[in-house]
Amino acid sequence: MTRAVLAALLSHWRRRPFQLVTLILGLALATALWSGVQAINAEARKSYDAASETLTGGGLSNVISTEGPIDHETFIALRRAGWLVSPVIDGWLPAANGRVRLIGIDPFTAPGDSTIGAAIGPDNITGVTGREGAILANAVTAERLMDFGRPIQVADGIAPGLAVADITVAQEIAGETAYTRLILLDEQPLRQPPLTSIAPHLIVEAPETAEDLARLTDSFHLNLTAFGMLSFAVGLFIVNGAVGLAFEQRRPMFRTLRALGATSRRLVVLLIAELLLFSLVAGALGIVLGYGIASLLLPDVAATLRGLYGATVEGALTLAPTWWLGGLGIAIAGTALASIGSLWQVARMPPLAPAKPRAWAMVSAGAMRLQLILAVAAFAVALGALFVGGGLVGGFILLGGFLIAAALLLPSVLSLSLALLARTARGPLTTWFWADTRQQLPGLSLALMALLLALAANIGVGTMVSSFRTTFTGWLDQRLVSQLYVTVDNPQEEALLRGFVRENAVDILPIWHTDGDVLGAPAEIYGVVDNLVYSENWPLLSSQDGTWETLAAGRGALINEQLSRRENLRPGDRIPMPGGWDVEVLGVYSDYGNPLGQVVLPLATLTARYSDIDRSDFGLLTDDPDGTRTALIETIGIPPDRMIDQRALKAFSMQVFDRTFAVTGALNVLTLSVAGLAILTSLLTLSAMRLPQLAPVWALGVTRARLGWIELLRALILAALTFVLALPVGVGLAWVLLAVINVEAFGWRLPMSLFPRDWLWLAVASLLAAGLASLWPARQLAKRPPADLIRVFSHER
Amino acid sequence: MNARACIANLILISWSCAAHAQGFAGLGQTTDGFELPKPATRFTFPEDHGSHPTFRIEWWYVTANLESADGTPYGIQWTLFRNALSPGGAAGDQAWMAHAAVSTPDGHHAAERFARGASGQAGVTATPFDAFIDEWQMTGPSLNDLRLTAQGNAFHYDLALKADGPFILQGEAGFSVKSEAGQASHYYSQPFYEVSGTITLKDGSTPVTGRAWLDREWSSQPLTATQTGWDWVSLHFNSGEKLMGYRLRDEDGSAYTVGTWISADQTSHALAPGDLTMTASDFSDVAGRRVPTRWDITLPDKDVTITSEAIYPDSWMDTLVPYWEGPVRVTGSHPGIGYLEMSGY
Repeated sequence: MTRAVLAALLSHWRRRPFQLVTLILGLALATALWSGVQAINAEARKSYDAASETLTGGGLSNVISTEGPIDHETFIALRRAGWLVSPVIDGWLPAANGRVRLIGIDPFTAPGDSTIGAAIGPDNITGVTGREGAILANAVTAERLMDFGRPIQVADGIAPGLAVADITVAQEIAGETAYTRLILLDEQPLRQPPLTSIAPHLIVEAPETAEDLARLTDSFHLNLTAFGMLSFAVGLFIVNGAVGLAFEQRRPMFRTLRALGATSRRLVVLLIAELLLFSLVAGALGIVLGYGIASLLLPDVAATLRGLYGATVEGALTLAPTWWLGGLGIAIAGTALASIGSLWQVARMPPLAPAKPRAWAMVSAGAMRLQLILAVAAFAVALGALFVGGGLVGGFILLGGFLIAAALLLPSVLSLSLALLARTARGPLTTWFWADTRQQLPGLSLALMALLLALAANIGVGTMVSSFRTTFTGWLDQRLVSQLYVTVDNPQEEALLRGFVRENAVDILPIWHTDGDVLGAPAEIYGVVDNLVYSENWPLLSSQDGTWETLAAGRGALINEQLSRRENLRPGDRIPMPGGWDVEVLGVYSDYGNPLGQVVLPLATLTARYSDIDRSDFGLLTDDPDGTRTALIETIGIPPDRMIDQRALKAFSMQVFDRTFAVTGALNVLTLSVAGLAILTSLLTLSAMRLPQLAPVWALGVTRARLGWIELLRALILAALTFVLALPVGVGLAWVLLAVINVEAFGWRLPMSLFPRDWLWLAVASLLAAGLASLWPARQLAKRPPADLIRVFSHER
Repeated sequence: MNARACIANLILISWSCAAHAQGFAGLGQTTDGFELPKPATRFTFPEDHGSHPTFRIEWWYVTANLESADGTPYGIQWTLFRNALSPGGAAGDQAWMAHAAVSTPDGHHAAERFARGASGQAGVTATPFDAFIDEWQMTGPSLNDLRLTAQGNAFHYDLALKADGPFILQGEAGFSVKSEAGQASHYYSQPFYEVSGTITLKDGSTPVTGRAWLDREWSSQPLTATQTGWDWVSLHFNSGEKLMGYRLRDEDGSAYTVGTWISADQTSHALAPGDLTMTASDFSDVAGRRVPTRWDITLPDKDVTITSEAIYPDSWMDTLVPYWEGPVRVTGSHPGIGYLEMSGY
C-alpha cells in the first residue's frame, strides 16, 4: 500500500517536472543565500579569532606601562625579580593591498603553549633569530609580503594578515628598542615582589577578550545576516507557493487514495517523507550554491572588512560540518514552515470531501483583518524599539518590525487601491478585471509581500549606499586638502624635503600621529600645524566660537564623530588623554570609514606630550602636484611609491568604497530574482485553479489570447502597485539604516539623499520581473485547448 | 656526565626525531666552527668556572640529597645550560636554558626557563662566582661557597652549599672520553658540598640538610651519532667514598660504561671502560614511559656490589626535552645515597 501511495504521489512530479524544478530551485536558492551568508560570517569570525588569539596571546594578560613603551632594562628587572613576562613589539609592515600586522616575540620567554609562542619553536628558531632572521606568515600573507625585502618563511599556523618575527628582527624593522607590552605568563612562580616595587608605572592589563574585532565588525555581520534571513524568507514564499500548488493539484488524487483505503495518517506521513526528500535534495543543492556564492562574495566582504575596520579575512572558505548540517537543517525547517498549512488540510480532509479548488486560495475577510491587527502590532513594536530601546539590536527590531508591518499591511492596501481603481472602470470587461484582480489578491499576496520586501530592501539599502557615497565623496574632497602626500623614510629625508619646500615656496603640512588608548579604547592622536587650509576646508559637525583660532594658538583638540558619539563628548568638554593629562574639545568632525576614535591636537602639543610619534607623513600644498612629484623624485630621490597625489588617493578611496558595497548590490539582485520566482510560482498555482472563473469569461466571447494579455497586464499592475507601496517603505528603511543602524554600528550619522533615477530603474526591473514571471502562465492560458475550458462546464467539481 | 648535553642542544635542533639520526637530542652533530676538547688542556680555577663560549654546549649542574628534621628525604636539581646557536663565541649567539626541580614524597615539581644571550636575563661570571637565569641563582663568593635558589609555580628552595674538598677532574685530567670513537668533553665535579637551607612547597617551608654534587662540563660534540641516551649516577657512600658512573647506550644495544672512584681521602681515579657494570633490575612506568629505576651496580676492583633504587620513581622532568632525574637510596656492600639521571627513554 505504502509503495502504491508513494508511486501515485510521486507521479505528480513526473508529470509536472517544471513544478518540481520550481520547488527545488526555490528551496535551494533560499538555502543558498542563507548558508552563503553564514559561511562568510563564519569565515570572517574564524579569521578574527585566529588573529586576536595570536595578537592577544590567547587570553593572556599583558603588563603595560602607563608611560608608553617598556624598555629592556625594565623587562630584565621583572624577569630577575621572578615575574615571568615576555616582550612583544606590535607594528605594521607595508604589504600588497594594504598593510600587515607585525608582531615581534621573544621565543625564549614566550609562553610555549600559546599560539603566539608556538609560532617560533625549537624546530624553526635558527632561521628566525639573528640578523637575517625570517618573517613568518601564512602562505597568502607571505605572498603579500614578497616585496618587503626580508626573508619570508611560510608558516601555516599563523593567522591571516599577520606576520610574526623574532623580537630583534621586529626591533630592527620598527626602529624601536623598547617593547610595546609584556605578555604575563599564566603560571607564575611561588614568590614575587609586587609589580610596582620593580617599576611604579607598570600595570597588569586583563586579557583582551579577543572580542574587540568581533564587536567592531558585529554590525556588519548582523547586516549580512539580516540580508540572508530576508532572502531566506523570500525563498520560503516560493516554496510555499510550489507546495501549495502541488497539494492543490493533487486534491483529486488524495481523495481517490483515501477512497481506496489509504488512511489520512499514512498519506500525511508519506507526504512528509516526500517533502523531506525534496528538502534534503534542495538543501544539498543550496549548500553547494551557497558555497559558490560565499566564495564569490568573500573577496568583496574581505575588502569591506579591511576597508571599514582593518580586519583581515583571507584564505579559502572551509566547509565545517556544522555549517552544512545547519544548511540542511534550515532547508528542512523552511520546507516544514512552508508546507505545514497544506499538510494540516490534508490531514483534516474528510475522505470523500469534494475537492474545493479554491480552498487554498480563499483567505477570508477575517484573515485580512487579522493581518491588519498584526501589522499594527508589529508597527507598535517597531516604534517601541525606536523610542525605548537602543543599541544595534533595538535598531534591528525597529527594522524588522517596520518591514513586517509593511508586508502585512500590503494585502489590505492593495485591496483598497484596487477597489478605488474599480470605480474608474467603464464597461463590463474592465469591471470584471478589477473585481477578479481583487479576488485573486489573497492567493498572490504572499508573493507580492516577497516582492515588496525585496523592493523595499533594494530601495533602502540603495539609498543608504548612495547617500553614503555622496557624503563620502564630498567629505573626501574637503578632507584631502593637500595635493600631494609624501612619506619619508628617515630624518635625513625629512630635512631634504623641508629644504625642498622652502626653496620652492610650497606649504608643507606634517601629518604626524601616535596611537594610544583614549577613554579605554584604542584611538589615533594626530597633530596639525596652523594653516588656513584647514579652517577653510575642514567642515566641523559642531564647534564653538574661535575653534580654529584656539587650535592655532596651541590649545584644545578636535575629535571625530565616532569618539564624540561613543563618549558623548561635546565642544567644551574635557577629554582625558593617554599620559595622564586632559584637553578641551573644541570641535567635532566627521570621519567616515574609521572604526577608531581620533583626536587632533596642535602639532606642538603632540610633540611635547608624546615621544613615540610616527613622523613620516607629510602633505604638500602645491598647484602642480605632478611637477612637484617629479622634482621630488629627481632632487631628493624619494621613490615614487612613497608619494601619492590627491587624485589617486581619492580614486583609491572610492574604489575601496565601491568594493565595500559590491556585496549589497549582489545580494539586492539575488533577492529581487527570488521575489520574481515567487510571483511565478504563485501565478502558476492560481492559473490552474482559476480555470473555472475564466471559462465563463471565455464563453462570453473574450478570446484566449486576450485573456492571456489580461493576465499579463494584471501581474504588471499588481507589481506596479506593490512598487509604489514599496517606495515609502524603502525610504523609511533607508532612514532607519542611516539614522539609527549606522549611528549604532559605525558611530556616524549620514545625511539622506534620494535618488529617484535609481528608483526608475528599479521600477522597470520589478515590472520586468513580474512580466517575465507572468509571461509563461499567460502564454499557457492563451494556448489552452478550448476543450479544457468547456470541460469546466461539463463537470463542475 | 649527564643528560644535560642533549638538553642543552635542543634549542639548536629539532630533537624529537633526531634521536636516532644524530644521537640523542642532536648531540651527535658535527662541530664545524666550534672549538673541540683537547686532552692537553689543563683547567685553571676560578677562570674555568666561568663559561667557554667557543664550545657549543656547557652546563652548571647541581643535584642534592636532602633530609628534613624528621628524616624525610628530598632531592633538588639546579641546572643552567649554555648553548651556542652559532660558532664564534659572541654573547648574542648564546642561548640559555635552565631546569630546577624538587623531588618530594608528595610528588615531583619541575620548572624550566629560557633566555637569549647578551640580554642580561642569564649569564655566568667566574669571579666572584655568579650563575643566574631570571631570579634563579647560583651565587658565590666562590664555587665552593654558594647560595642556590630557584622556584617554580609550586616550589621554591633557598640553599647554602659549602665544600671543603677539591674539585674532582673526570677522565684524564678533566678530558672525559664518551665513546670508542673519541668523542669527549671537559668535565670536572665538586662532590663534597654540605648543604643547609629550606625547601618551600605550597603547604609551607621545611628546613633541610644534606649533600650536593656539582658537575661542570663543556664540549662541542659529546656523543657519537649512534648514541641514544645514557644512565648516570653520582653516589655518596656512608663510608665517605663516592662513585660517579655512566653508561652511554648505543642504538645497536651495546653501552660504553665509565666512571670515577673517589676515595675517602678525597683522591680519585678514572675507571677504565668496562670496569663498572650497571644492570637495570626493575622498572617504573612514568609519564607513559618505562624507565629503569633500580640498578644493580658492580665495581669488582673495589668490591662494590650494590643496588641503587629511586626514592621517588616519579621524578620525571617534563621539560622540552624530557628525562628522569631524582634521588636514589643505595643498599648492598656500600650503602649510601645519590642521584640518578636517565635520558633517551
